[in-house]
Amino acid sequence: MSPLAPRLKAALALFLLMALVPPVVTALGDPFLTVVANRMLVFAIAALSLDLILGYGAMVSFGHAAYLGFGAYAVALGARWGLSDLLAQILLGMAMSAGFALVTGAISLRTKGVYFIMITLAFAQMAYFFFVAQSSLGGDDGVALQARSSLLGVSLEGDMALYYVTLGALMTIYAGLYRLTGSRFGRVLKGTRENALRMQAMGYRPFPYQLVAYVIAACLCSVAGVLLANLTEYVSPAYMGWHRSGELIVMLVFGGIGTLTGAVAGALVAVGLEEVLAIFSDHWRLGFGLVLVLVVLFSPDGLTGLAKRLGIGGRGNG
Amino acid sequence: MADLLEIRELRKNFGALAVTDGVSLSVAEGELHAVIGPNGAGKTTLIAQLSGQLAPDSGQVLYAGEDITHLDMAARVRRGLARSFQITALLPGMSVLENVALAVQARSGSSFRFWRDAGGEEITNAQARAALEEVGLADRASVQAQALSHGEQRQLELAVALATKPRLLLLDEPLAGTGGQEAERLIALMQRLKSRLTIVLIEHDMDAVFQLADRISVLVYGAIAATGSPEAVRADPAVRAAYLGEDA
Ligand SMILES: Nc1ncnc2c1ncn2[C@@H]1O[C@H](COP(=O)(O)OP(=O)(O)O)[C@@H](O)[C@H]1O
Ligand SMILES: [Mg+2]
Repeated sequence: MSPLAPRLKAALALFLLMALVPPVVTALGDPFLTVVANRMLVFAIAALSLDLILGYGAMVSFGHAAYLGFGAYAVALGARWGLSDLLAQILLGMAMSAGFALVTGAISLRTKGVYFIMITLAFAQMAYFFFVAQSSLGGDDGVALQARSSLLGVSLEGDMALYYVTLGALMTIYAGLYRLTGSRFGRVLKGTRENALRMQAMGYRPFPYQLVAYVIAACLCSVAGVLLANLTEYVSPAYMGWHRSGELIVMLVFGGIGTLTGAVAGALVAVGLEEVLAIFSDHWRLGFGLVLVLVVLFSPDGLTGLAKRLGIGGRGNG
Repeated sequence: MADLLEIRELRKNFGALAVTDGVSLSVAEGELHAVIGPNGAGKTTLIAQLSGQLAPDSGQVLYAGEDITHLDMAARVRRGLARSFQITALLPGMSVLENVALAVQARSGSSFRFWRDAGGEEITNAQARAALEEVGLADRASVQAQALSHGEQRQLELAVALATKPRLLLLDEPLAGTGGQEAERLIALMQRLKSRLTIVLIEHDMDAVFQLADRISVLVYGAIAATGSPEAVRADPAVRAAYLGEDA
């Protein structure tokens, strides 16, 4: 066995830390913080999935939150159709996301650069307005869920149960993406990011690889959507608005684009910061913006770059 | 020997400029065919059309008897037609070994493999290392491509092209920007490759061209001004006037 890559170690440390949150905050008499930390984990999943296409594939999607929405609506629809199991809802969310991503990705990938950003945004807005128009699903206001899902017969009503299921999902997805980014497929994706013409001159056609990555990212993000709906016990089109897509990109900028551990760290810190700033001021977005400007100015590679300068991190996978 | 490459009446215009102006050319299997000509003559544009990067306006490209005019780059590479770029085109953020291993991977099995660690593929790595060995870059395998010197990047360009296992190699000024020793090393490499595969070589270094080429074509304003043995081309008065006159 080779020694663990530094970034993988950092991720394991983060997961361990997050695993300690519920007992600690409960002991401190503030169990509500479990829900806050759960929110951080949910967005870590979403940011991870976006990093696959944005960081590793250089496909800057400004519509990734659409898949948060598909996941969330899969819970609402599932509940209506008698599907209360989390896995069944995840499958439904993935199916919806895969279908949407396959069609819109195939079209979007015909464009490059700013056009790709705009067209992914446009497709996500179409999905947004589609759900706004569904009055049976609460339209603009959204719809409250009667109950949380269950997992293989075990109810997730308790905050602790949902928390550890979310953490398990995050760790599973991290592990899967860790393998994927080091695989043949991951290499082709990274190579295309580096220089698509060179890849063609080696004999590759980048399009199918990019499209498959786009669909995988969509499916993984829908898992975050399913968990988000369970966490808030509410589903609304706001989950898939363009500002939410923007926030996901900001999380990657925070953490350092193109490393899995950076995506997780970025989401944890960004959501945590949002919660903390919101305590002090209604104008928390202003403070958030300031912090973001500082990050970009002083550590262009986000937390990953900071870690590298402090002597942890460095090259390798993760 | 049979022709491996046959170009028929190839034409390409950029606006009003005829960059490829009715080029017809045959390259025999095993031949090293040099294409020389002043800057802006259309040499790189010709290579781009042979490799499938650019579509010609009219004309045909035949490779091993097959009309490949409308095939894309990937399809041509799979048939054994590889190129190097005049302006280095590498994967800057990836290691030297990964740059070459990706070229090996492209022709050995599916790349839709999502789980196994690609860096641990011994057979792929061994073939990649062999290509690096051939160009003299083996000791730089773990360095990032962007950290290589300019000359080393030219060597890597060649290693990547070789790793696709080509039958026909299109080299666009492989010596450009290399120093004395690197250039000698690359010339020696091309000398060795000559016996194994067919090469179309674009090069400004006339010593190298006359040393390596079996035949030479002179491209001026997008058209072939002369084709023949090095001796014949050197003696051709039209060529001397149009091109060699400047520095020969
Ligand atoms: N994409 C392009 N669009 C317009 N003009 C081009 C393009 N590529 C090359 N040219 C022009 O075509 C001519 C030939 O270029 P090139 O093939 O690079 O010549 P060479 O490789 O012989 O120096 C030059 O005048 C160049 O400016
Ligand atoms: Mg040129």
